[in-house]
Amino acid sequence: MSDGIGARVKRKEDKRFITGKGKYTDDIRVDNQAYAAFVRSTHAHARVVNLDTSAAEAMDGVIAVLNGHQLTGDGIGNIICGWAINSKDGSPMNMGAWSALATEMVRYVGDAVAVVIADTQAQARLAAEAVEVEYEELPVVVTTPDALADGAPQIHENAPGNLIYDWEIGDQAATDTAIAGASHVTEMEITNNRLSPNPMEPRSAVAIYDEGEDHYTLYTTSQNPHVARLVLSAFYNVAPEHKLRVIAPDVGGGFGSKIYIYPEEITCLWASMKTGRSVKWTSDRSEAFITDAHGRDHISTAKMGFDAAGRILGLKVDTIANFGAYMSLFSSAVPTYLYATLLSGQYNISNIHANVRAVYTNTVPVDAYRGAGRPEACYLVERMMETAAREMGMDPAELRRINFIQEFPHETPVIMTYDTGDFDGNMDKAQAAADVAGFAARKAEAAARGKLRGIGYSAYIEACGIAPSAAVGSLGAGVGLWESAEVRVNPVGTVEILTGSHSHGQGHETTFAQIVAERFGIPIDNVQVVHGDTDKVQFGMGTYGSRSGAVGMSAIVKAMDKVEAKVKKIAAHTLEASEDDIVIEGGEVKVAGTDKSMAWHEVGLAAYLAHNLPEGMEPGLKEGAFYDPVNFTFPAGVYIAEVEVDPETGVTDIVQFTAADDFGTIINPMIVEGQVHGGIAQGVGQAMLEHAVYDEDGQLLSGSYMDYCMPRADDLPSYTLDHNTTVCPNNPLGMKGCGEAGAIGTPPAIINAITDAIGNNDLAMPATPQTVWRAIQAAKAPLAAE
Amino acid sequence: MAKVKLTVNGRAVSRDVPDTTLLSEFLREDLRLTGTHVGCDTSQCGACVVHVDGKAVKSCTMLAASASGGEVTTVEGLANGELHPMQKAFNDNHGLQCGFCTPGMIMSGVDMVNRYKQAGRELTEEAIRHELEGNICRCTGYHNIVKSIQDAATKM
Ligand code: FES
Ligand code: FES
Repeated sequence: MSDGIGARVKRKEDKRFITGKGKYTDDIRVDNQAYAAFVRSTHAHARVVNLDTSAAEAMDGVIAVLNGHQLTGDGIGNIICGWAINSKDGSPMNMGAWSALATEMVRYVGDAVAVVIADTQAQARLAAEAVEVEYEELPVVVTTPDALADGAPQIHENAPGNLIYDWEIGDQAATDTAIAGASHVTEMEITNNRLSPNPMEPRSAVAIYDEGEDHYTLYTTSQNPHVARLVLSAFYNVAPEHKLRVIAPDVGGGFGSKIYIYPEEITCLWASMKTGRSVKWTSDRSEAFITDAHGRDHISTAKMGFDAAGRILGLKVDTIANFGAYMSLFSSAVPTYLYATLLSGQYNISNIHANVRAVYTNTVPVDAYRGAGRPEACYLVERMMETAAREMGMDPAELRRINFIQEFPHETPVIMTYDTGDFDGNMDKAQAAADVAGFAARKAEAAARGKLRGIGYSAYIEACGIAPSAAVGSLGAGVGLWESAEVRVNPVGTVEILTGSHSHGQGHETTFAQIVAERFGIPIDNVQVVHGDTDKVQFGMGTYGSRSGAVGMSAIVKAMDKVEAKVKKIAAHTLEASEDDIVIEGGEVKVAGTDKSMAWHEVGLAAYLAHNLPEGMEPGLKEGAFYDPVNFTFPAGVYIAEVEVDPETGVTDIVQFTAADDFGTIINPMIVEGQVHGGIAQGVGQAMLEHAVYDEDGQLLSGSYMDYCMPRADDLPSYTLDHNTTVCPNNPLGMKGCGEAGAIGTPPAIINAITDAIGNNDLAMPATPQTVWRAIQAAKAPLAAE
Repeated sequence: MAKVKLTVNGRAVSRDVPDTTLLSEFLREDLRLTGTHVGCDTSQCGACVVHVDGKAVKSCTMLAASASGGEVTTVEGLANGELHPMQKAFNDNHGLQCGFCTPGMIMSGVDMVNRYKQAGRELTEEAIRHELEGNICRCTGYHNIVKSIQDAATKM
């Protein structure tokens, strides 16, 4: 089947996007449309002394000005973090109260204190500016070290010392002993810079309250509409689930930031009921910078001990994670189960201990951003490996090879069981594709041009498709992490796939259709993928953590199994053959070894006519399935960056970037490569360009595209990609996931390459020309002093 | 209020709008041509690029009133019975993922190819990357956008 598994099928969904016919949330305008504008705190930490809305209420077009007291008075619940992490002393994490509209206190610049609902967006915005808020300013904490300092200002009463939890994993004593006995110890302080996710489509919500039905509809920019509905119902008391429909139509990128249920969606729904108007809100970019959950922001110290042959004996890590002013939905899981559990990297390490403290600061809440914890782990491990190789005078690839895990399954000391992999094979492919052998000559040639050329490696591993539900439940997750699907075969033989996964760029409408086309031998155009609407799809956990392939498609396969079984029964009955002899091939349902067959659509028709079905069979041809994985999946790969630095300016060119990934089975290589490209660009962004920076008063300095440097086309090279495949043994298609790899594997490769080029290992992200230039000067300084 | 008279995608339109109405707002809200997107508020992202009198313009930086009398082409007006070669190239080369930046990328791409053709200059990969300075994409890493524009350039 030319459109089946492994085919580079062009995307079915493209047509509407390239012709301007996509339907994003902000494109939706309903009858009786009113608009919301939020009044936001301009202080990072303050008490709200007085809120005067009278001037705003008197303005043209203003329907209502609503505040947090009204919101909580109506029983709207506080925003929650859905993953409970206990400190190492057994105490529960300290979650501070977060109301969608603040009542007494504001804790970051951007915290919403009121909302204006007006006839037009311009009127709403104008009136929001006329709301007078009197604040009593309080001392501010911005950085992680400051948050934990003695006498630091308290952000939440129930989090003494601003500490959310103090958590650990692994065996501390054994790790200390192992490192004490090492012949070489590499020690580093490593900062993972704070980022702003910046999907190009700003968040948006259209909330519609139907008084007659006492029913709500929410159009929203969500990666997981069912989770949104669940949380809006069960925790925020906006409406019970059967009275709330959530639709995530075309969504313009997410990268994690559209997982969460934000104050704005809650407020729009509630305001729609309050005002009897449909309420629409669309963020502008400035608002996105101060309200979308940020990512990363870790500070760590690490020690890695080696024996004389370069084998790793132990790794000890101490990390502080900045959570911002409130605990966002999955924040607590990021520096624990998505980070510390990956600190073994691709290496056979017997002893690992990690201590993680999470702290509050007066900044935007921080949560999962593409990779979520795994980029931080990979950056730490891979910077340590490269540094250790330099310190021990070993080839960095060789040091990695010596330590690569060779046998699977492999249990790490940080609770992961890697199912399969071929780490040497990934390295071989990456080194060949990057022509590592020719590097010395290229370096010499660059030197002749006055350029510093460097090469850097990164061998990443990630855990995707977080599961099984019982296991994540035992670790504190407040949800199950399965996926659901329904396969509907229509009487004419066309097929609808209803999936709980959500596509916001990943190409599910094509990839998911491919596995159906392959299985049933029907044209891909006869398959429609339906997603993103809680009224259409029964349930779903959505798309994040590279789970749509390994988990979402597995659910489709399970449902197809059931459809196939029924198809075979109907065909066997009609063709008077044994069920075991029925095969589905090339759009026909045949009796193997005979010329007896039915066309695929004839079986569909037979199922719905129900004139002649096997005794006792229900009419129709539609099956659903829930799939709960048995383990995480473990994509892994090797990335190699080659850079040229201009020593006069610090300007760095990425002259070559090579990625060799093992994603298990690949359904559509074109789409998978696209995912890697985008991930690499975000990784380069983190390594060289992007940084969410606050001043000491808690004002975001990088709050627009003038100050926050997004990767542009001319910051990036064309990439060289290769694949190595070990099939995941734990799901029906053998898939591992590919969405986050690029963002995880790239930053250490880049920084390892730049530090190699300039001969100074002390370099922080983002490695801007200024930072690189300074590092070059610092490397020269001792020489000058001699 | 200002009277705005435009030819948009070949159709004459006339509306009275507040003086401050941006061309992007006019297209999206008054004409409901929602293919033109708004991704920023500092004229950096290029999601809003349309053609005004044959030239690429960031419609978020222009008042509807100052375009009055002109001819505007949006992404909705590009296909002429069949897809424009640039649109087709984006599909052929997987030049889009979430699709949000895509209308701006396509409109910038068409303008870029036209300009280079008129000037008799070669549109190299480096030139495309440089020309895309005003268009941000968060999904694709640009690799396939560059390929799409290169491909379309051979067919336009
Ligand atoms: S919306 Fe016009 S440049 Fe961003
Ligand atoms: S395709 Fe999503 S921003 Fe470009």
